[in-house]
Amino acid sequence: MSALLQPAPPTPAKVSLWRLFRQERGGMVGLGVLGGFVVMAVLASVLVDDSALDVTANVMNPELAPPSPQFWLGTDENGRSVLALVVKGSQVSLLVGLAATAISIAIGTLVGIASGHFRNWFGGLLERLTDWFLVIPFLPLAIVLATVLGHSLLNVIAVIGVTSWPATARLVRAQTLTVEARPFVERARALGGGDWHVMSRHVLPNVMPLVMANTTLTVAVAILSETTLSFLGLGDPFAISWGSMLEGAFVSGAISRGAWWYLLPPGLCVVAVVLAFTLIGRALETALNPRLRER
Amino acid sequence: MVGEPLLELRDLHVTYPSLQGPVRAVRGVDLTVRAGTVVGLAGESGCGKSTLASTVLRMQAPSAQVSGEVLVDGEDVMTMRWGRLRAVRWAEASMVFQGALHSLNPVRRIGQQIAEPITLHEPKTTARAAALRAGELLERVGLPANRARSYPHQLSGGQRQRVMIAMALACSPRLLVADEPTTALDVMVQAQVLDLLTGLVRDLDLGLLLISHDLSVLGTTCDRVAVMYAGRIVEEAPARAVFADARHPYGKALSAAFPTIGDPASRRAPRGLAGDPPFPGALPVGCSFEPRCPSAIGACSSTDPQLLPAGPDRQAACLRVAADGSWLSPEPTRQETP
Amino acid sequence: MLLTARRPRAGLMPYLRRRLLAAVGTVAFVVVANFFLFRLLPGDPIGLYSRGRNVPAEQLVKLRAELNQPVWEQFFQYVRNPFSSTIDSAQFSRPVWEVIGERVWPTLLLVGISTLLATTIGIRIGIRAGWSRGSRFDRVATTSTLIFYAMPEFWLGMLLLIAFGVGVGPLPGIFPIGGISSPGVDTSSPAGRWDVAQHLFLPALTLTLAYLAEYALVMRATLLDEVGEDYLVTARAKGLMDRLVRRRHAVPNALLPTTTLVLMNLGFVISGAITVETVFSWPGLGQLSYQALRGPDVALLQAIFLLFSLSVVALNLIADLVIAVLDPRVQS
Repeated sequence: MSALLQPAPPTPAKVSLWRLFRQERGGMVGLGVLGGFVVMAVLASVLVDDSALDVTANVMNPELAPPSPQFWLGTDENGRSVLALVVKGSQVSLLVGLAATAISIAIGTLVGIASGHFRNWFGGLLERLTDWFLVIPFLPLAIVLATVLGHSLLNVIAVIGVTSWPATARLVRAQTLTVEARPFVERARALGGGDWHVMSRHVLPNVMPLVMANTTLTVAVAILSETTLSFLGLGDPFAISWGSMLEGAFVSGAISRGAWWYLLPPGLCVVAVVLAFTLIGRALETALNPRLRER
Repeated sequence: MVGEPLLELRDLHVTYPSLQGPVRAVRGVDLTVRAGTVVGLAGESGCGKSTLASTVLRMQAPSAQVSGEVLVDGEDVMTMRWGRLRAVRWAEASMVFQGALHSLNPVRRIGQQIAEPITLHEPKTTARAAALRAGELLERVGLPANRARSYPHQLSGGQRQRVMIAMALACSPRLLVADEPTTALDVMVQAQVLDLLTGLVRDLDLGLLLISHDLSVLGTTCDRVAVMYAGRIVEEAPARAVFADARHPYGKALSAAFPTIGDPASRRAPRGLAGDPPFPGALPVGCSFEPRCPSAIGACSSTDPQLLPAGPDRQAACLRVAADGSWLSPEPTRQETP
Repeated sequence: MLLTARRPRAGLMPYLRRRLLAAVGTVAFVVVANFFLFRLLPGDPIGLYSRGRNVPAEQLVKLRAELNQPVWEQFFQYVRNPFSSTIDSAQFSRPVWEVIGERVWPTLLLVGISTLLATTIGIRIGIRAGWSRGSRFDRVATTSTLIFYAMPEFWLGMLLLIAFGVGVGPLPGIFPIGGISSPGVDTSSPAGRWDVAQHLFLPALTLTLAYLAEYALVMRATLLDEVGEDYLVTARAKGLMDRLVRRRHAVPNALLPTTTLVLMNLGFVISGAITVETVFSWPGLGQLSYQALRGPDVALLQAIFLLFSLSVVALNLIADLVIAVLDPRVQS
């Protein structure tokens, strides 16, 4: 930064990450919204009676009925309450997003650190692998994998995890290279630290903050991916998620019947949760790198 | 030779607002740079010298509050209309920044960047003519004209600094402000760049304000040197006088930090100064140098000394320096070092 | 002339050669992966292929003969010409590549127009928002783009369809609700073209909004990275107006990482195409993918995957080329 335009800032005392994060209004809003949805997901099994979700039990109800005092968000093509479906759907949508992210981050961090650390053929191979996977477009690959593996929730989690790790790996690799260029790593090596020691004791702690910020953004993408895959019919046909609700709406002709109440709520939930994670991620990034405060 | 004043700072104050309260970066500075002379401004980081430099072209941070006058060739830069200011920038006074990689646009050829102010301030100039002038300017600073086609990353640090100088001369200004032009350069290259600058001052009758934390850089090139501390000028005198025989304790400490080769007294150790400069947002009452001063007396912690005459053709801001430059020794409360 | 003569830079050709090699490597990887992935399908491949379809007997005989060959022979055959049409699509009973060929143009039309609009509008929004950081425009723009970025694009499409295609409440249903043209219309006539345009409007609007959000956010971020740089201080000190400082110095520098980031996310463009074409029944490659995965029409899926992957590899290579030419710092 040009010394000309900025006075030297006072060196801040060591502030905890939470304190810094708290200053970011967007992040706090995101955290609040996310909290609400997590509560909803956790309580979903309690709030929603199983009979409300059963296809056969609701045959008597009007199908694709608009919101009414009895059904606040109307009904779907099977007569089920859309409100019940939305609340129940939060469980799968959030769980799949989080689980897939866990896999993705785990693989991505491992591969990223390894490919940045090993400057031999092994590291080079990992780097090549990362680049290859990065180039291949996500959805076609996911469709192929889901077709090969079958339509189930576990497979959706696996598919998203396996296709989204390269982005994290690339980021972690760049950070690993930066960290390993620092003198303290050279010193650790000179003192006899082996590969594992350097990677776990020195690189990993320095990479973790970046990974954390990246994780929240990865969850956002993972939830969007699950929604997309479920919409296309690649998820578990019997699971209820916001994406599967959108599939139901599409396939049952809710559009041509103008059943907007079936369409709006699940999508809004997705937008809210994804936005929440995005805001949290951006707030984390800003807290870790104050230069970004100007965003 | 006494040239006309090209730059006059009169009672300049610059204050930044901050969460911890106002930060007074420059506190009442008077400074003059005349044509054909080099005036040096010395001081540690945070003393306000870069802020001061930024005011010459009104480039200080938008949030900064400025009072006092900054007269460039008689006109106050602070009260100029925007259009007039843009015309003055580069054409009457220009700046030489540190030639770091990022002071130049990385994706444009340096010839274009040198020619840019030419076509901006003299719109009738054709692109071809501007390009030719850029080539001439490069030769003037000791680079071959065909370097104009290079990009900044293809040049060495010393070459980039020369490019910054060539660029600063593009519109034939009378006044140059060089902010740390030799920092981050090797000593040999430093010497070349300084020679270049002093040569230009001589040949083109320019006024040069040379800012550096490195007193050795200023000692050989400047006619006069002003020493800055905590936003204020604490000593101002001919360069030789500051270097060899400073009056203000801070000036003395700065020059004493350089050992004299061959002088047995310096052989033991160069004498540094303990402590750090005060944070501009929390200046002590009284003399701002008092906490670190080896010659402080009781009055120093309550009285803020003004810049007053301290001998023929020189000034100092110290309670213990008399008007004729002699050192005053009242009852000491601390260990003295006359 | 001194400043304008252009010669290829020293390190440019080796760099491009390396990128080309890397691209070839990726292509090889894709082709190999494509072949083996589908051989991993559990169960009887013949049964899978002909599930629920009336497949002519010669097709089955051909398929059985091929599958009886040793794996590496099948592999070499495939690699020699991945675009051969020996196997037909189960759904359409026609050569796979013939079916694909028909669907390319509608996709190019839809994605092309959307990308063009999204790039021009999105980048301008991003520049304005970034340069005037903290202003009202910036806050509104950033919030809006974040919201659109969080939206599944097909959901947006369905909402627009229901609102303006079918018509809900006070909103008029003035647009067609699907397809590329009304039945019986000659699409080469002026009236036919107008019909296609009407059908194109909603899906293009959907994709444009979805892509635009990303481009605006990326452009804004990269411009903000440049805003604090020293060379802009130099530019202002020269007396340049703010507009020129932005246009001549900040934006060209910011566009480079923007281009890189945008092109790294080409997969986003493709997934958008797939889902939005499905929603609007737009007869392009995207909808074809949807139809193929419902089968599953294995042969068709394999071919589509190959095509998409190769396209992205090719586009990435072009992007590398463009950036290498534009950014003088890219060398050996």
